[in-house]
Amino acid sequence: MAAVLESLLREEVSVAAAVRWIARSAQSSEDDPGEAAALSSLRPLRKEFVPFLLNFLREQSSRVLPQGPPTPAKAPGSSAALPGRPGGPPRGGRGARSQLFPPTEPSSTAAAEAPSARRGGRRRGPGPGRERGGRGSGGLEEGVSGESSPWAGGRRPRGSGSPGSPSLARSDPPNLSNLEEFPPVGSVPPGPAGTKPSRRINPTPVSEERSLSKPKTCFTSPPINCVPSSQSSVPDTSPWGHGLPPGCRSLQEEREMLRKERSKQLQQSPTPACPTSESGSPLPSRTGNLTAEPADPARVSSRQRLELIALIYSSCIAENLVPNLFLELFFVLQLLTARRMVATKESDLEPIPGALDSLESPLFQSVHDCVFFAVQVLEHQFQVLSYLDKGTLKLLAENERLLCFSPALQGRLRAAYEGSVAKVSLAMPPSAQAVSFQPETDNRANFSSDRAFHTFKKQRDVFFEVLREWEDRHEEPGWDFEKGLGSRIRAMMGQLSAACSHSHFVRLFQKQLLQMCQSPSGTGGTVLGEAPDVLSMLGADKLGRLRRLQERLVAPQSSGGPCPPPTFPGCQGFFRDFILSASSFQFNQHLMDSLSLKIRELNSLALPQPEPSDEDGESDVDWQGERRQFAMVLLSLRLLAKFLGFVAFLPYRGPEPPPTRELQDSILALRSQVPPALDVRALLQQGLRARRAVLTVPWLVEFLSLADHIVPLLDYYRSIFTLLLHLHRSLVLSKESEGEMCFLNKLLLLAVLGWLFQIPTVPEDLFFLEEGQLDTFEVDTVTSEQGLDGMPVVDQHLLYTCCPYIGELRKLLASWVSGSSGRSGGFVRKITPTTTTGLGAQPPRTTQGLQAQLAQAFFHNQPPSLRRTVEFVAERIGSNCVKHIKATLVADLVRQAESLLQEQLVTQGQEGGDPAQLLEILCSQLCPHGAQALTRGREFCQKKSPGAVRALLPEETPAAVLSSAENIAVGLATEKACAWLSANITALIRREVKAAVSRTLRAQGPEPAARGERRGCSRACEHHAPLPSHLISEIKDVLALAVGPRDPEEGVSPEHLEQLLGQLGQTLRCRQFLCPPAEQHLAKCSVELASLLVADQIPVLGPPVQHRLERGQARRLLHMLLSLWKDDFQVPVPLQLLLSPRNLGLLADTRPREWDLLLFLLRELVEKGLMGRTEIEACLGSLHDAQWPKDFSEELATLFNPLLAEPHMPEPQLRACELVQTNRGTVLAQS
Amino acid sequence: MILTKAQYDEIAQCLVSVPPTRQSLRKLKQRFPSQSQATLLSIFSQEYQKHIKRTHAKHHTSEAIESYYQRYLNGVGRNGAAPVLLDLANEVDYAPSLMARIILERFLQEHEETPPSKSVINSMLRDPSQIPDGVLANQVYQCIVNDCCYGPLVDCIKHAIGHEHEVLLRDLLLEKSLSFLDEDQLRAKGYDKTPDFILQVPVAVEGHIIHWIESKASFGDECSHHAYLHDQFWSYWNSSLGRHSCRILTSSPSATRDRSTNN
Repeated sequence: MAAVLESLLREEVSVAAAVRWIARSAQSSEDDPGEAAALSSLRPLRKEFVPFLLNFLREQSSRVLPQGPPTPAKAPGSSAALPGRPGGPPRGGRGARSQLFPPTEPSSTAAAEAPSARRGGRRRGPGPGRERGGRGSGGLEEGVSGESSPWAGGRRPRGSGSPGSPSLARSDPPNLSNLEEFPPVGSVPPGPAGTKPSRRINPTPVSEERSLSKPKTCFTSPPINCVPSSQSSVPDTSPWGHGLPPGCRSLQEEREMLRKERSKQLQQSPTPACPTSESGSPLPSRTGNLTAEPADPARVSSRQRLELIALIYSSCIAENLVPNLFLELFFVLQLLTARRMVATKESDLEPIPGALDSLESPLFQSVHDCVFFAVQVLEHQFQVLSYLDKGTLKLLAENERLLCFSPALQGRLRAAYEGSVAKVSLAMPPSAQAVSFQPETDNRANFSSDRAFHTFKKQRDVFFEVLREWEDRHEEPGWDFEKGLGSRIRAMMGQLSAACSHSHFVRLFQKQLLQMCQSPSGTGGTVLGEAPDVLSMLGADKLGRLRRLQERLVAPQSSGGPCPPPTFPGCQGFFRDFILSASSFQFNQHLMDSLSLKIRELNSLALPQPEPSDEDGESDVDWQGERRQFAMVLLSLRLLAKFLGFVAFLPYRGPEPPPTRELQDSILALRSQVPPALDVRALLQQGLRARRAVLTVPWLVEFLSLADHIVPLLDYYRSIFTLLLHLHRSLVLSKESEGEMCFLNKLLLLAVLGWLFQIPTVPEDLFFLEEGQLDTFEVDTVTSEQGLDGMPVVDQHLLYTCCPYIGELRKLLASWVSGSSGRSGGFVRKITPTTTTGLGAQPPRTTQGLQAQLAQAFFHNQPPSLRRTVEFVAERIGSNCVKHIKATLVADLVRQAESLLQEQLVTQGQEGGDPAQLLEILCSQLCPHGAQALTRGREFCQKKSPGAVRALLPEETPAAVLSSAENIAVGLATEKACAWLSANITALIRREVKAAVSRTLRAQGPEPAARGERRGCSRACEHHAPLPSHLISEIKDVLALAVGPRDPEEGVSPEHLEQLLGQLGQTLRCRQFLCPPAEQHLAKCSVELASLLVADQIPVLGPPVQHRLERGQARRLLHMLLSLWKDDFQVPVPLQLLLSPRNLGLLADTRPREWDLLLFLLRELVEKGLMGRTEIEACLGSLHDAQWPKDFSEELATLFNPLLAEPHMPEPQLRACELVQTNRGTVLAQS
Repeated sequence: MILTKAQYDEIAQCLVSVPPTRQSLRKLKQRFPSQSQATLLSIFSQEYQKHIKRTHAKHHTSEAIESYYQRYLNGVGRNGAAPVLLDLANEVDYAPSLMARIILERFLQEHEETPPSKSVINSMLRDPSQIPDGVLANQVYQCIVNDCCYGPLVDCIKHAIGHEHEVLLRDLLLEKSLSFLDEDQLRAKGYDKTPDFILQVPVAVEGHIIHWIESKASFGDECSHHAYLHDQFWSYWNSSLGRHSCRILTSSPSATRDRSTNN
């Protein structure tokens, strides 16, 4: 093993190749041939590498973490099952705290190969480890490095035997291939006498049979209550209490040695010869000096090596080669928060001549090394970290060591913290204490006789009486369940004669169990349960604060390390003790039947599968509901399975595994006969196939966690474990692809499986031994379609609820903060508790609270769908109410604002004053009306909610239930709507009025004339008029033709012109397609056209001689235009263009000049009121500036003077004739 | 009416360096009698615009402007009534309206102290009567009415077509009883860039889901599709108005119902 690590360190083998090598038995094609060769020679050792690595790390860290929280781990306790070493000498089967993976004896091949590999490395040149080793040894004597520990210190963890033995050890050239040279962390050193000094293995006398039976306890876990019965004996008599695992036989010896060690250090410390101050400092005691040594990135001793090992370690974690992901994270965080290095023995400070190999120098020479390593690993594990709860992320992000060693990681963690919504409380929420009555099943009709019914009722009363008493008294010191209640329970059980009564009672028991324990965390405990009205008297925000304070007060500082044994917390304890005290075979059997049935039922429950891709907020709300439902089902299943496991394995439960092999074999033979209480293997296989592992595995783990020692050896359960192991391996977190399991789903499974692998009853070597069936497993799951696994059903809350031990990470970090807060400033924020002074003076709140409690109680006795319906209705109606208020009340107010503004503008003139001021005035007038919103909102909810509830609830719902549900829905909807409205209505009105004001002012501004009255089409209009664009285009063509240049054959027919003007009339009368710019252009073009008509410039198609419009035709066209201008145009027509120099110039160019049409037109214009005389005069006046031929100016003057002088004529038609005649006369006279 | 790519290419081929005049359009109509005038004009206009975009710069060098101005002065000096400016534009292969603008700008520079503002020039082009020089006014007017691709009249026609098509589209939606929100309603809801219509209930057309409709009322060649996509449609996408769209780029006012292309 060491050889593998060595070759990695010497970079002969890449990390990737090594991990592939560990993870897969088959050789990968990606491997470099050289690497493959190097590794294939070590093949037999493959399985042992990971345990070796973990042991190695634990061992190396032993000096740093001697006192902290335990770092549990579990690994093969014996090598007996390893191939090729059936007769290996017995090893310490049960280790001390950090006795992780007791070293395995190398097989003969490995022993032969490994040294050669090492030699090969040497030939190639000194590895980095060797180099460092050399320097280290020198530096130590010179005191240059300043590091606390000598490079070889790791080989000799504290108290390695008598002073005489180390020299003996050192005189031997170190044999790295001998795994026994590398003792496990904290392994109990041999006593001073009688053992080979080179071995650090505790020579616990263990028989071969025992080692074969793989006896073990939960390594380094705190005291195990896995045998929960008060009747059963508890084997743990560890003198160390929490810190050390039970069964460590040589603890006494160890204590003895510690004492010696301490006295030795006390002697040493004053001597100046001590190489470094730190190494001489006394062991930090548990209660004593907690100040941590500052960690400095600049003082890390062997970066490259640490980086490499961190990479290998991280890769193993990533590939799920370690049994428990969170345990490793815990270990890494321990390293991160290591306070100081434990002093090493003086003898270790001396250089060891032969120890030049990289592995021989200690990995962690100082706290700096530890922190560096930890941060490296954390960097690789960032993805997992980012899914932890917000509190943990915060603590990590605020960890000053982490910031110091990797600001980048700190930044990512901070970002993850800021983006996280996963607030998880570590406190155990109070459970619902209500006692349920099930009228449907508990009525007389379900009993065989009146007597049975009455018996059942009596029993029910006894049961609840017992329960109440337990609730009241179980926390009293000195109260004992068995003593207090045992006889009453047994007496009650004795009355359950008929089988049917048993089943009734079991149903009651199970319902009560689910009700009390499953909500919401599955644990219980009446935390602040006595004072619910105190809580309800506080406001919601204060309540939140109080909760946090409460959490801080009641959250257990440590609930048993990262791998606690299975326990029955809170009210679960009642049910466990009840079962034990009842000790009724019938009851147990009925309970098992009932639990199995319920598990099957829940496990196959079709959970709805909404589209996970919806990003909409609305569906997110639904998704929340699905998630909640999933959590409910999962937690119920776990609870039921736990109790099923408890009852099913109860008869076989014992404190110790069978002592001899023969006994074990006979037990196995017996047990393999017994069919399982529930065919969990089939359910697991189904679950895997249907991709519902995320539902099935967590409860299965609960079930298995209560198995006895023999169970994992039974073929049936062994195959389950094999399946679970392969599942564990397949849950590679970094793999994210279509059809993969969701990250948090995987994390949940990894956490529960990792926990299972650490359970005392599960053989510790199980994890590392299973091989082979990977393929069959994969084939199994390929056939599945999209199941629950691919959906984000797990959130952090559920994860932490199922696996409270993940919270240990947070506690560890928090304890670091509180330890170091004196120095680094207060990380722990103070929560100022709300005082209770105002409590008495708020009776209405209390009634409200009572009302809420009544509502809760009401829902409690109704099917859950009723509650969901009512909540849904309240939610939607509340939201609709707000929308309705916006559309009605607010819209009305906006209209009022607009009219008020208009008035204001009229009175103050067009200016109207400062818009901001206007807005203020309006708002001050209107906002008070917002108060109506609440009444209207209330009315709306009152009106709408009952109907919705009625529509959604079953027809058959009793009237009273229906009306209560309606009332609650009304109340909730009103509450929701009014809360929003009272907070936002003023701002909303303000915003809308502001928008309206700016709209009005803008509209007021630029074109008041253009906004004049506009007529639409007549009602009969069918919008068949030619399109304006078409007309503009047509008229443009005529204009272009008239202006030229044109081909000789080009021209327009008078009919076409007439038709064009007709179309123009149609278009102007049908307003459907007309927009103001188009109309303006049409108006302008029509004036241009008139000018061309007047100047006789339009080329007419027809007989070659003609080429000109007849007078009559021209006049007819002008008449059409005049009527269009007068009646149809709704935009101002630029008639003054008729008299523009350019258009008059057209006339000037013609010879002979013909004025009659122009005069006719002008007269008509005046006549129809389209142009005033003054206007014409002004236009003519401006004409004088233009340069005309002289005669033209004169003609103009003579012609227009009479026109302008003419008095207004009352008879237009008559006058028109006169005009024509006059014109003719004038023209004739001129020519 | 769907125009095939081949037909389109054929039309576009005929339009290489053709002056944007009435006469050119007439010839085009004779060549492709099956196509409506509006379609042809739209394609003509787009092709010509592409051409102008390519050559625009060379007409705006100071040398070019000076030489055009001199030629204009010489031309009107010889005969003020002749279509000097129009001929000049056709000769140098530039849009008459744009040539008129160049000359007008140059003219005003010479005759006024301050360089003319853009709005003054635009106003004079809209109403050439405001041009102080009568001859130039006539010349400019002649250019504008004879240009079928540029100028204030053409702009107005295009605008009118756009408006008409929106109205037609709305009628069509109403006729098919498709519920929609129009641009004004959307703007009131706070969208900044909005398509013409958002369907409140999406529909499927030829296998495509349609969420919103934007009427462009112009011929949808590849180039304009690309440009609109870039300038407008992506922002609809970004403002999550729906990922499926329909752009109506039609070619003729009478044939609004034709979806020439769709993405």
